[in-house]
Amino acid sequence: MAEQLLSGAEIILKALKDQGVEVIFGYPGGAVLPIYDALFKQNDLRHILVRHEQAAVHAAEGYARSTGKVGCVLVTSGPGATNAVTGLTDALLDSIPLVCISGQVPTHLIGNDAFQEADTTGITRSCTKHNYLVKDVANLARTLHEAFLVARSGRPGPVLIDIPKDVQFNEGPYVAPHEVRHKTYRPQVKPDLARVEEAIDLIAGAKRPIFYVGGGVVNSGPLASKLLTAFVRMTGYPCTNTLMGLGTFPASDPQFLGMLGMHGTYEANLAMHGCDVMIAVGARFDDRVTGKIADFAPGSKKIHIDIDPSSINKNVRVDVPVIGDAAHVLEDMIRLWKARQKRPDQAALRDWWSQINIWRKRDCLRYQKTDKIIKPQYALERLREAIRGVDHYITTEVGQHQMWAAQFLPFDQPNRWLTSGGLGTMGYGLPAAIGVQIAHPEALVVDVAGEASIMMNIQEMSTAVQYGAPVKVFILNNQYMGMVRQWQELLHGSRYSESQLTSMPDFIKLAEAFGAVGLRATKVSELDDVIGEMIATRRPVIVDIAVDPTENCFPMIPGGRAHNEMLLGPADRTEDSTPEDGMVLV
Amino acid sequence: MPNDLTNKIEKHTIAVLVDNEPGVLARVIGLFSGRGYNIESLTVSEVDKENNLSRITVVTSGTRMIVEQIKAQLERLVPVHRVRDLTDEGPCIERELALVKVVGTGERRNEAMRIAGIFNARVVDATLSSFIFELTGTAHELGDFIGLMSELGLVEISRTGVVAISRGAAGF
Repeated sequence: MAEQLLSGAEIILKALKDQGVEVIFGYPGGAVLPIYDALFKQNDLRHILVRHEQAAVHAAEGYARSTGKVGCVLVTSGPGATNAVTGLTDALLDSIPLVCISGQVPTHLIGNDAFQEADTTGITRSCTKHNYLVKDVANLARTLHEAFLVARSGRPGPVLIDIPKDVQFNEGPYVAPHEVRHKTYRPQVKPDLARVEEAIDLIAGAKRPIFYVGGGVVNSGPLASKLLTAFVRMTGYPCTNTLMGLGTFPASDPQFLGMLGMHGTYEANLAMHGCDVMIAVGARFDDRVTGKIADFAPGSKKIHIDIDPSSINKNVRVDVPVIGDAAHVLEDMIRLWKARQKRPDQAALRDWWSQINIWRKRDCLRYQKTDKIIKPQYALERLREAIRGVDHYITTEVGQHQMWAAQFLPFDQPNRWLTSGGLGTMGYGLPAAIGVQIAHPEALVVDVAGEASIMMNIQEMSTAVQYGAPVKVFILNNQYMGMVRQWQELLHGSRYSESQLTSMPDFIKLAEAFGAVGLRATKVSELDDVIGEMIATRRPVIVDIAVDPTENCFPMIPGGRAHNEMLLGPADRTEDSTPEDGMVLV
Repeated sequence: MPNDLTNKIEKHTIAVLVDNEPGVLARVIGLFSGRGYNIESLTVSEVDKENNLSRITVVTSGTRMIVEQIKAQLERLVPVHRVRDLTDEGPCIERELALVKVVGTGERRNEAMRIAGIFNARVVDATLSSFIFELTGTAHELGDFIGLMSELGLVEISRTGVVAISRGAAGF
């Protein structure tokens, strides 16, 4: 029987379907017209037309992070691909599985500076986990399947496939996913059991232990969070989450210390500083978490569970590295913990908890309550109360509001909290919220935003309206790039260089211009009604909350300082709080 | 896992077996430049036509922690089959080839020729006023030879960079 040949464009769509893709976020252009034509002729794949390619990638991130599936993006050559670069970098730093297909000029024009030509594989080499240029339709199906394998396995990440237009037209054979086996790529999933034994010995012998849990546990899947929660409860040890790890351990659990790091809680950071055994699970010791490396958790033994061997000893030297997928490792840990009949040192643990409870009593997230002006923390507390019991997802932009959201909104499950942690991309939250809403049409999806960040991808309101995605943009409007202003106040003598936004749109009129609903609260008394109306509205909503412009985000570990050198509030001295070498840190 | 906490800078020769596909060298080089690692020398050539494999030999330097990180990052690249630290794995043979053009007449020309003899350099091109020497040896030997030639009319050097292989019967 003669092998059936398909056009490149048909091969692409067949491969996507065989990989379980249901939704693609994209924007058409000259170099992807054959793919868009093939999309037109079918009904299985849903295409979401964004307004800017960066937003397509963030929306796919939101889709991926909230479902555990691979997000899928389709963009054209040249500017389509370069606009996607920020999103790809964001996905790389936060380990989000994506496949991005970009069109390319026809193979015979590559290198000629053709119209809308860019060296896309060259540009994206350092912002993807891997990328491909497919010059022969015979390799197309295999390459697509490989791309999905690479994107979702090991430490997940974005993969780009650049496909010249002639390859999309040419006919070639199709191969199914199960026929493709990668030549080299074999991430280690199961841990070395000897290392697990070493780890549980250390864990059982700990006097002042702490679990430090990051986004790798989200990436491993919901089972990993269940196993982690079970293991943490089995030991009775305290647990802190990174920004990316929120939700992996229930925030409502008494063993939870809150987020750690630069704007983490007093108890989490001091427990990290004072611990004798640290159990890092799917976390990467980044600078926002560690503070000053030389004074990071001095005198502690560190266990590091990570699927990426290059994360081990990258920033902090660890004592027991365990390489493997979080769920597999935790499963083995629990099994061996039980089999070896390990018991924590209860007397030491009691002392440790009483110390932690002293730290907790500092009530580090306390702020000045007032009825004269809406404090941003208060707005989030009211949001928290209003969405309790509602099936909800939270995304954020980047800045003060993001840190307050992390501090004040509790997450009891993974995949419910979506934020740009590694890259810190302003403009992430709205398109990510749209991606979440497309995957979960009935859920409440709120983008906690600042008025500066939201302007970076505000055009996506148009996407939300087109698809009836009832996302809520909850703007904490303080008329400043708040985090920039805070650093300028604390570190640069209150010289607010270019951080004040003197001309901003009327967000109610803006919402209405897009065909969405606009709401505003300027007084404390208006807040609850506005939040209630926002939740009740089954359309996209922009909520403009006028908050205290001068509020700063605390606690804060100034750059170059250690965990035990936190500023707890405006009363703490700040002038001499940042050493000179800390000033250069971002 | 080495537990050497010193900040001593070590020099390491690392062999990397990769798929011979477009962009693979750019990935390796981009990794070094993007993460701020040193490259003292880098060579690449196909070594297995049937399986389409190339071997990259890179000489790098850094603290123990950095060198371990370099190897882990290299192993993370998708087209990389294997990474070996030849410096860590015991004695290895390192060689480099240089082509050295020397221009001169009279006594200087004779002296260049004599020194070439001492170093076992071959003459691969000659005119009445110039030689091109071919010399194979360690990077150190090549450096010595070039140092001497610089006094004797050296005008041009081309070096391959280091290639290396482990001693003994074991293969890559």
